[in-house]
Amino acid sequence: MPKWALAYLALTLVALAIGFEKAMTAPTEATMGNLYRVFFYHLPHAIISFVFPYLNCVASFAYLYWRNRDADRAAAADAFALASAEMTVLYASIGLATGSLWGRAAWGIWWAWDARMTTYLLLWLLYVSYLILRGVSATGQTGVISAVLAIFAAIDVPICFMSIRWWRTQHPAPVFGDGGSVDPVFFPALLWNMAAWAMWGAFLLGMRYAVERRRQRQAAAYAVGFLGSDTAEGLEGAR
Amino acid sequence: MHFVLAHLRKDLQIEWRAKDSINGMLFFSLLVVVVLAMAFDPGSYPTLTRQISGGLLWVGLLFAAMTALNQSWSRELRNNVLDAHRLAPAPASALFVGKAVANFLFVTAVELVLAPIFVIFYNLHPLGETWKLLIILPLGTWALVVNGTFFAALGLRTRNRETLLPLVLLPISMPALLAMIQATTDVLTGEFEPTLWIKVLVAYVVVFTIACLFLFETILNSD
Repeated sequence: MPKWALAYLALTLVALAIGFEKAMTAPTEATMGNLYRVFFYHLPHAIISFVFPYLNCVASFAYLYWRNRDADRAAAADAFALASAEMTVLYASIGLATGSLWGRAAWGIWWAWDARMTTYLLLWLLYVSYLILRGVSATGQTGVISAVLAIFAAIDVPICFMSIRWWRTQHPAPVFGDGGSVDPVFFPALLWNMAAWAMWGAFLLGMRYAVERRRQRQAAAYAVGFLGSDTAEGLEGAR
Repeated sequence: MHFVLAHLRKDLQIEWRAKDSINGMLFFSLLVVVVLAMAFDPGSYPTLTRQISGGLLWVGLLFAAMTALNQSWSRELRNNVLDAHRLAPAPASALFVGKAVANFLFVTAVELVLAPIFVIFYNLHPLGETWKLLIILPLGTWALVVNGTFFAALGLRTRNRETLLPLVLLPISMPALLAMIQATTDVLTGEFEPTLWIKVLVAYVVVFTIACLFLFETILNSD
C-alpha cells in the first residue's frame, strides 16, 4: 500500500473514532432512549449507499465506450464498476440491517412495506443480482453483460422510485415520524459519522479496485504464460 | 422491417412444428392455478379472490413465460445458428424484435386460455370495466417479454442460465409487475381507475424497449 493510502486510512480511523465518541455521548433521545443511537450509523450508510450506484453506472458506460478502443482503460472501468457494486451491496445491507433494528426499537416492527423501504430493498436486490451475474458469467464476456445490466439497473431505479411512491400514496400506509426533523443537538454526531463512513467507504472502494486490478493483471499474466513465455516471469512483471 | 418479419416467421414456424414452449407454458400455468387454489379457498371468499386474482394471474404468467424465454434462445445455440445470425448482414435489432414479438404472441396465446380458466375456476366476477384489460394485458405482456427476451440473450453463455434469468429479470421487472398487478386488481375490484398504472406501464415499456434495441447488438457480440 502506498504511503498516502496508509495516511488516509489512519485519518479515516481517527474520524471513525471521533464519530463513535460523538454518537455515544450525544444526549439521550427523549422517547427512544439509547436505542436511537443506531440512527447515527443507519443514516450515513443509507445515504452513502445511494452514491455508489451512480459510480457503478458511470463506470459501466465508460467500460462500454472503451471496450473496443482502449483495453486497459476498459479493464480499469470494469474493476471500478465491480468495486462500486460490491460497495453498494455492503452499505445497503448495513443500511437495511440497522434500519430494521431501529424500526424494531422505534415502531415495534422489523419491517414495513413503506415507500422508502421498498425502494431501498429493490436497490439492494438489483445490485445483488448484478453480482450474481458477474459470478456466473463466462470469463471473456463478464464485463460487457454486467455493464449492460448495470445500465438497465440505473434506468430501473427512478421508475421504481416513482411507481412505488404512487403505490403508497394510493393506498396510504401509516407514516412513521417525519424524516426532516432532526434536533440540532445531534448534528455533530451525525455529521462526524457521515464524514467518517464516507471516508471509510471511499477507502474500501479504492482497496477493492486495487485488488481487482491486481487480479486482472495476474489473469493476463497467466494467459501470457499459457501462450509460451515463462509464467513466473510473467507474474513478476504483472506486479 | 422485412428482416423482422423473416425472423418472426421463422420462430413461429419452429414453434408451430414443435409446439414445445407453448404446450409447456399452458400446462405449467394451469398447474399454477390449481396449486394456488390450495393456498386459499377461491369459492368462499369472492371479495378476497377479486383482490388477489390479478396478482396471481401475473405471477402464473411470469413463471410460465420464464420457461419459454430460456428455450427461445437456446434453440439458436444448436448448430451454431447464433453465430450465423451474427455474420448475417441483417441488423441485430431485427433479430431481437422478431424474437420478442414471437415470444409476445406465445405468451398472449397462453393468456387467452388462462384468463377464462381463472374466471371459471375462481368464480371471478369482475366489478370494473373489463375492456380495459384488453389494454393492460398486452402492455404487461410486452413489458415482461421485451426484457425477458433481452436478458435470456444476455445470460445465454453463462453457467446455469436457467436459474440466472429469473434472478436478473425479476428485480428489473418489479415496477412493471407492480403496475400490471395494480391495474388488473383495479379493474377486477372496480374500486379505482387503473389509468395511472397504465401510464406507468406505457412509460416502462417505451423506456425499456428503446434500451433493449440500443444494447442488443452489444450483447450479441459480447465475446
